[in-house]
Amino acid sequence: MSGSPFRRGGGTGRGFMKRVVITGIGIYSCLGKNLEEVSKSLYEGKSGIVLDQERKAMGYRSGLTGFVEKPVLKGLLDRRSRIMLPEQGEYAYIATLEALRAAGIDQDYLNAHEVGILYGNDSSAKPVIEGIDVLREKKDTMLIGSASVFQTLNSTITMNLSTIFKLRGVNFTISAACASGSHAIGLGYHFIKTGLQDCIVTGGAQEINLYSMGNFDALSAFSVREAEPQKASRPFDRDRDGLIPSGGGATVILESLESATKRGATILGEVVGYGFSSNGEHISNPTVDGPVRSLEMALRDAQLQASDIDYINAHATSTLAGDASEAKAIASVFEDARTPVSSTKSMTGHECWMAGASEIVYSLLMMHKGFMAPNINFENPDDDSARLNIVKNTTEKNINVFLSNSFGFGGTNSTLIVRKWSK
Amino acid sequence: MVQKDEIIAKINHFLAEEFEVEEADITPGGNVKEVLELDSLDYIDLVVVIENNFAFKVKPEDFTNIITFNDFYNYVEARVNSKELA
Repeated sequence: MSGSPFRRGGGTGRGFMKRVVITGIGIYSCLGKNLEEVSKSLYEGKSGIVLDQERKAMGYRSGLTGFVEKPVLKGLLDRRSRIMLPEQGEYAYIATLEALRAAGIDQDYLNAHEVGILYGNDSSAKPVIEGIDVLREKKDTMLIGSASVFQTLNSTITMNLSTIFKLRGVNFTISAACASGSHAIGLGYHFIKTGLQDCIVTGGAQEINLYSMGNFDALSAFSVREAEPQKASRPFDRDRDGLIPSGGGATVILESLESATKRGATILGEVVGYGFSSNGEHISNPTVDGPVRSLEMALRDAQLQASDIDYINAHATSTLAGDASEAKAIASVFEDARTPVSSTKSMTGHECWMAGASEIVYSLLMMHKGFMAPNINFENPDDDSARLNIVKNTTEKNINVFLSNSFGFGGTNSTLIVRKWSK
Repeated sequence: MVQKDEIIAKINHFLAEEFEVEEADITPGGNVKEVLELDSLDYIDLVVVIENNFAFKVKPEDFTNIITFNDFYNYVEARVNSKELA
């Protein structure tokens, strides 16, 4: 199949489709500020989780969070561009800068071609709170300032990055809770596969400020293992007690094989499968059937069998119910294949809207460096995770094909499959 | 009465800070829009910084008569001192 710019439409049943490759990635997360730092953290099984006393003072049940440093954008962006960006927009900008550089795409290229953006984001709490605080105090909307509206909309990332990079192709935000980033890549894949676009900036971003997670903390969904922050995120482990919120930005440049070849770009991988489903059940309780349908759809789309997958990057967030359901779903499709599984959320915490995109970046780094990052803190399985082949320690491995799961509130599920590129 | 020199120094300082220009570039005869490179959105932020520094609200239409920094100083001086008298 390699070499031809087209492939059969897989499960879609629609003739020949364009092949979709990844030509650039960028990351800004609690594991590091660039691909090199993050790659090292993944290999070393390093946790990015801290205890934030400010959260405790504010009344959070859990003060645990991923720690992401504020990027310095002065010198990179003018004032107008900077003040429009909320926190997660800053992360997304840095990740996108790195991804475009990696892809060899410069401003001249963007000016001359119709490059799009499809990015996952599902909140922007801080500017909303700060704007309303000003309004309550001053009783005058104008004193909220000019930037607030552009920071608060859910589409803040796509509206800002499309302006900064002067993008002229498809341009909208995907909001699908914790599957936002994954669906953004999945939709980008379809836009290119069907010939609507040649190149799209995809990804996901997640804010991490004090205001962004209070209502999630209210659900008692977060781990309270505050005495051991770096041991608190323990997906699939018997003694897990909840997730840890985290954030950052992750960008994946998708391109048609024709476009990448024409540019002479380095191809990092090929997106070969996207599956999705909705549970059709409870707003926050997971199901097994929904993820299974998503997994099976992705395999059909990729025209692959379970045994063809070398590594699974699980969604597993370290919650009791979520991990158990995902373990059952993965086991029902992959138990016989004994496919290695790890959740990088054991190190990052749950990067929510960004997670589906960052986990593609993490998995691509593993693919290129030839290792599987560990599911740290996995000490004892429970009945469900015992059915999986969970990677406890960093393991050298030639990953030819990986699969990444993302699930979100409302029962939205997304599965992506990426294959190593070879001519 | 607030002294005009004091007002000018304060204005130059916060404008330079907010709009990221050198204070030396702000001269009485200079064109506010051009020196500060203001677009339509920036005028809203100008209202905000004036309110934050002098505690009065500029009506957007007042900007139509403010062309130079000297116009700006005179306008602020008048507003500040009329507020003090009120």
